[in-house]
Amino acid sequence: MRFYGKGLPNVKPEELIGKLIVIEGADGSGRSTQTRLLTNWLEGKGHGTVNVGLKRSNLVGTQLAAAMEGNTLSPITLSLFYATDFADQLENRIIPALKAGFIVIADRYIYTLMARDILRGGNREWLQKLYSDIALVPNAVFFLDVAPRFLIERNFSKKAGLDYWESGMDIRLSRDIFTSFIKYQGKLRSEFKRLQEHYGFEVINGNRSPRAISLDLQRKIEKILPQTTGT
Amino acid sequence: MIALKKHDRKGRLIAVEGLDGSGKSTQIYLLKRWLELEGYKVFFTEWNSSVVVKSATKKGKKRQLLTSTTFSLIHCTDFADRYERQIWPLLCAGYIVLADRYMFTAFARDSARGCDPLWVRNMYSFATVPDITFYFKVPPAVAIDRILESRPTLKYHEAGMDLNLSQDPYQSFRIFQGMINDAYNKMSREFNFTTIDASKPVDVQQKRVRRVVQKKIDLPAYKLKARSIV
Repeated sequence: MRFYGKGLPNVKPEELIGKLIVIEGADGSGRSTQTRLLTNWLEGKGHGTVNVGLKRSNLVGTQLAAAMEGNTLSPITLSLFYATDFADQLENRIIPALKAGFIVIADRYIYTLMARDILRGGNREWLQKLYSDIALVPNAVFFLDVAPRFLIERNFSKKAGLDYWESGMDIRLSRDIFTSFIKYQGKLRSEFKRLQEHYGFEVINGNRSPRAISLDLQRKIEKILPQTTGT
Repeated sequence: MIALKKHDRKGRLIAVEGLDGSGKSTQIYLLKRWLELEGYKVFFTEWNSSVVVKSATKKGKKRQLLTSTTFSLIHCTDFADRYERQIWPLLCAGYIVLADRYMFTAFARDSARGCDPLWVRNMYSFATVPDITFYFKVPPAVAIDRILESRPTLKYHEAGMDLNLSQDPYQSFRIFQGMINDAYNKMSREFNFTTIDASKPVDVQQKRVRRVVQKKIDLPAYKLKARSIV
């Protein structure tokens, strides 16, 4: 594997023999369903699998969640808090798992973190340097592209409501959360398209049944899996 | 090289830097007292003191969960919280902001810990450089003796134990402080530090500090206006 930039001190990329697969997409795009299906499939094939996501670090995960509740952090502070959370998981979960030859499935990665901050006025170059220098280049990145109107349906059926942050209510796109959600997800989608040009990930049509999407992902992932030798 | 910007606000930012045991905290405290007693708008902020970030930093340090990268990130998060909520608004409001340690502390420490210096510099590039940076220069041996005299148990990160320099905390601390000292000396010219000889008596140093502040900052412009209302 390799890093986008200079990398982390004391990590030799050539020792990372596992695979890193990233699933990106909006809330309600089916990320967690796909992660679950892929994990089952991979484990069924005998591959050790580890799941990581945002806000799950041992170091700052709980503090970050608490800060989001209180809405007390300023934008750059929040970016850095997320970057800390990411780095902690990268060093303590992703890298050890890759060293041990596991398949790591990341439910979102640096792209979501950057896209969200860019929409909030964050400096693109600053963010790219902050994350790219230390982030590993995944073996595959899939962006589950779902039309905003489907996202709405899925969010309502899942949580009976729209999430404050995922609707971008903090950036005041509209006073009503529905309009805000549509606008925000639209902007996020175009930002992802921009990031895609830079980082080159695969766009997956997410307006299909979970099973159809999963089969699609499996076909693509099959190609990058370590080849089992012998019988 | 990543350019660090200089603010254009009415306020003024004064930072102090130097090794642990250089006496810089005493000096900035005395500077603060003087400015307060003279009736200037002044605000003091300290490295690693953000309430929001503190619990995470504490946990990380205590359980030794931090790597050089997360150590660097979490300190920058702490700095950003204080910068966005206090330092920057106060500079806009025309305050004299005093900072006990500033980004240069991170530049010195994080690089010693193996982080890429440009990555660290980029991380802090959202913040302005100070109007005056006092560098309290002291031979490392003197600073180390001061610390070891008064506080014999060194904390893990303070001693730089995470760098694996030596099994002995005291020896590790000495080597680590030497590295920080080199880093400060290297930055001194680039960032235009005002060097203060920290081996001089406290009052002699303070006299020099106040003279520099008086010369570089038009102090009367920073008088508290609210006072006249009372």
